[in-house]
Amino acid sequence: MTRDALVRYAVAAFATFACVPLTLAQTKPPAAKPAAPATQPDPTAAEFDKFREVLEEDNPAELFEAKGKELWFAKRGPNNASLEKCDLGLGPGVVKGAYVRMPRYFPDVGKVMDVERRILNCMVTLQGFKVEDLAKQPFSSETRTPDPVSLVTFVAGQSRGMKIAAPQNRPEERETYAIGREVFHYRAGPYDFSCATCHGEDGKRIRTQPLPNLTKSGEAIRAFQGWPGYRMTGGLMHTLQWRMNDCFRQQRFPAPDYASDTITALLAYMAVNANGQVYKGPGIKR
Amino acid sequence: MRIDRAFVLGAAAAALAVGLPASAGDPGAEAAAMIKRDFKPRGIATIDRLNQDGVQSLCNRTHDKPPKEIAERLEKDQLAGVQWPADGKLLGDWKAGEQVAQSGRGFTWSDKAGVTGGSCYNCHQIGPNETSFGTIGPSLYQFGKIRGYGADIQKYAYGKIYNAKAYNLCSLMPRFGHVGALTGKEIRDLVALLMDPSSPVNK
Repeated sequence: MTRDALVRYAVAAFATFACVPLTLAQTKPPAAKPAAPATQPDPTAAEFDKFREVLEEDNPAELFEAKGKELWFAKRGPNNASLEKCDLGLGPGVVKGAYVRMPRYFPDVGKVMDVERRILNCMVTLQGFKVEDLAKQPFSSETRTPDPVSLVTFVAGQSRGMKIAAPQNRPEERETYAIGREVFHYRAGPYDFSCATCHGEDGKRIRTQPLPNLTKSGEAIRAFQGWPGYRMTGGLMHTLQWRMNDCFRQQRFPAPDYASDTITALLAYMAVNANGQVYKGPGIKR
Repeated sequence: MRIDRAFVLGAAAAALAVGLPASAGDPGAEAAAMIKRDFKPRGIATIDRLNQDGVQSLCNRTHDKPPKEIAERLEKDQLAGVQWPADGKLLGDWKAGEQVAQSGRGFTWSDKAGVTGGSCYNCHQIGPNETSFGTIGPSLYQFGKIRGYGADIQKYAYGKIYNAKAYNLCSLMPRFGHVGALTGKEIRDLVALLMDPSSPVNK
């Protein structure tokens, strides 16, 4: 994509975003009926879904996908190497279909890794980057989108339209899933919250935000759909590492380490629960 | 409170006893050990928040289905910890209560200490003018109108907000008074929001 095309993309995306809050405000329903309409379609959510459809034709996530592709093939880091030899689980250099087959066990490190963690691992082993530097400010801000975020978006885009197929063949993968399920149900902190408090039942909402039941096989795909995602709140590109981090913030927990075992285990739990469902690629989030 | 402490100590001892290598094959213990390794304090979110108290530990271990006798004992214990207003008045100012119900602030690592709302609308329908409400908890619209305005219902509402676990041990609702998230006055104002006949909730 040319620079001009990128700029046009950005302008078009911005123009579309600019009218979103106004339209949402206009469509806010006047008053609630006495009974909680939990089973009725939520008008705000429905409205947002319509916007998402329109926006996804000009999805800003594609900018980061393009940036990630550039980064993947560029010779970078102290070793002046590209990531073309990075093994995402399907052999060195195979990117297509890798995203939907993670987290998985990597024999070279003797660990189960999720996609972002594996990319970091490749940036360290192939390119010579230091993991401390990569982990220092791992999430997007107004001034900076970290390289791993763009790289994850590129890799995710290479699994667009494919079925989630997180492996459970190795004992390590099965153990990680089992631990992830326990992490998901670990209730603690001042509010007694676990992941399951909000994501353990069907058809619930926080305010107007629908909450997927991530313990259920059909619905767990909603943890992956739209991630990595361009988030309209703040206008930043985020991966699932960020999503997990911010969930723990809202759970009133202390902060999980970036790319830690706990996050991998959680992602493994949800990925396996989502197995068989089609992943639509990087998207847009509210 | 006594049982709480005993459980915390018990849980801590169990965690120490299993250690890291010995915990292989027990995903629950593995998860607890992993969480303790991977989380760091941030802002007001201190690391001791990872420790489960007696109620949390029992609900976690039994997947929210604790044995009836133990649940009843612990619920009684939680109820005993509720601090009732000294003057016996449970009905405050519903307008102030609406403000408390609206605020979702408090206790996250990006919050300041002491700035805490009730987060009520996050999970409950309450007043008729707020259409942005969650559905994790039941609708509280017309709370008093449906249940009556009697002293026993007032007491239940106050106690439930103060410590939801005193009535249903593995309830999803936080223990707002018990953990110091809400003051006695704030809870009274919330009771008024639900129970005052002039509150919009009961119109």
